[in-house]
Amino acid sequence: MGEKLSLIQLQRKANDIREDIINMLETAGSGHCAGSLDLADIVASLYFNIMNLDPKNPDWEDRDVFFLSNGHTVPVQYAAMAEAGYFDKSELLTLRKLGSRLQGHPERTKLPGLENTSGPLGCGLSQASGYAYTLQYLDDAKHRFVYTIMGDGELDEGSNWEAAMFAGKYKLSQLIAFIDRNNIQIDGNTEDVMPLEDLVGKWESFGWHVLEIDGHNIQSIIDAVNMAKAITNRPSVIIAHTIPGKGVDFMEYDYRWHGVAPNSDQAKAAMQRLRTLDGKITSGDLA
Amino acid sequence: MTNYLLNSNVFNDDVEQQPIRAGFGRGLKAAGAANDKIVALCADLTDSTQISLFKEAFPERFIEVGIAEQNLVAVASGMARAGKIPFASSYAAFSPGRNWEQIKTTIALNDQPVKIVGSHAGISVGPDGATHQMLEDIALLRVLPNMIVVVPGDGIEAEKATRAIAENGKPSYIRLSREKSPIISTNETEFEIGKAYILRDGYDISLMGTGIMTYQLLIAANILAGQGINAEVVHVPTIKPLDNQTILESARRTGRVLTAEEAQIAGGFGGAVAELLSSELPTPLLRLGMVDRYGESGTPHELLEYFGLTGQHIAEKAAEFVHNKAQYHRDY
Repeated sequence: MGEKLSLIQLQRKANDIREDIINMLETAGSGHCAGSLDLADIVASLYFNIMNLDPKNPDWEDRDVFFLSNGHTVPVQYAAMAEAGYFDKSELLTLRKLGSRLQGHPERTKLPGLENTSGPLGCGLSQASGYAYTLQYLDDAKHRFVYTIMGDGELDEGSNWEAAMFAGKYKLSQLIAFIDRNNIQIDGNTEDVMPLEDLVGKWESFGWHVLEIDGHNIQSIIDAVNMAKAITNRPSVIIAHTIPGKGVDFMEYDYRWHGVAPNSDQAKAAMQRLRTLDGKITSGDLA
Repeated sequence: MTNYLLNSNVFNDDVEQQPIRAGFGRGLKAAGAANDKIVALCADLTDSTQISLFKEAFPERFIEVGIAEQNLVAVASGMARAGKIPFASSYAAFSPGRNWEQIKTTIALNDQPVKIVGSHAGISVGPDGATHQMLEDIALLRVLPNMIVVVPGDGIEAEKATRAIAENGKPSYIRLSREKSPIISTNETEFEIGKAYILRDGYDISLMGTGIMTYQLLIAANILAGQGINAEVVHVPTIKPLDNQTILESARRTGRVLTAEEAQIAGGFGGAVAELLSSELPTPLLRLGMVDRYGESGTPHELLEYFGLTGQHIAEKAAEFVHNKAQYHRDY
């Protein structure tokens, strides 16, 4: 079993993951900063508190499963997996390099612990629904849960709404989806590119239980998942409001950081932001 | 030498006929009885694709996904990750016609043992017209690494092919025709994924077919025999992996190859044979099928006539080919 961290430890772990992401992307020379950074709190909560996992036995039959749908944010998943002990942290710097198990977008067949192959948007919710259907109706495995993270811009893809109908019809109560509501996509702000609102109303009308949280408040993330687990007659979606680029102030809120990596000066500046005394003190030692 | 047990009644007017999709339905039901990991998904075409036989036998293992082919195959991918062997069925025009990228990413690249069932493929679907006549599926699926592509020649072979892909552990596509077609094989006839079969020995030309075209090639070979042309007939029910050895040996024996399919020859079965021959054993090749055009409405038989895919038409084309093209590397 993986370790279950406390709130303070989780905050510190999320910060470590953010540092890993900056190192990885700088070394790779390409990749996606904004979403990877803003998902650090949710992914840290999943890997280090919420999910039942065994990093030394990735296919453990009683594990919870996680399908990353917006595969371009996979640096945050790789970092969490390395921090959890799925593989050595030194391998993180092979991201996007020839021969690496850490492909630019996740490939299940390359790296034990990945549940799916993703990148082309709009597939993760379907795959998670198929898994959740199996647990609920075929294997009677009520103790296992299926998590997926989708980007908000990704919801432009119609296939998501096919999956939303499917999960709603079959009341897949072991399915818990996160939407990374950071309001950006490649071409700009989501509401300018293709408006998504009313997101709450949309998901409710598809038969889902909807929760809205601050996606950087780890207590809120854990509470929302516990609430979702308590809802036994519907799938749940947690709309997590996040700040793209969270933790590195010059990247925050700026859609231009969606799909680029920091150069060495920018990476150095980002590390300084993530390693302030303030960050270290408030995330740990005073607790 | 022939290595395929032909239906002894195949050349008679009263040859048994049945839809290839019916064989699939029987095969899936039998596979489901043998292995409880097999599940079936359908996109609102349960009776048409004959997956209804499985649904009646194992209702708890049948999942209706509605008219949503992208979701159909990606849900199947997730179920495969959870340890199941999913068969995902629809019309070929929609799956893999609409959801090719989901098939590539979540099934082929992801190497999950999902079985894509494309029914009502080819021009023989008939009066529904070009929108529903899937002609590009062979080309679309055979370019995918990890993917197995099977096109059974009759209902009996479809049953065996379905059982075979159920247990092969690989992403697979099975292409099915809607209309009744003559039974060319028997219950005892061998079927193995990846093998092509010699149905008739010959030395003037190799007639290679897949799906319902193989029956038409048998008829064409008989007509050609009456004209003194001795044609070998090769049945190729697996397009990927292609049985290179059997195809090359036949080409070496006869020095001329004709392929037939009710699909686009560009990238299709004829395309696969062309790739093989051009790199391994350059051989005069005539590819019959759909040539850079769509189909149209008509009865299945009218359409086969119109597009020159009946035994009679194929025999005419083959005779012309034999008379006008020199044989290469004939070692008969």
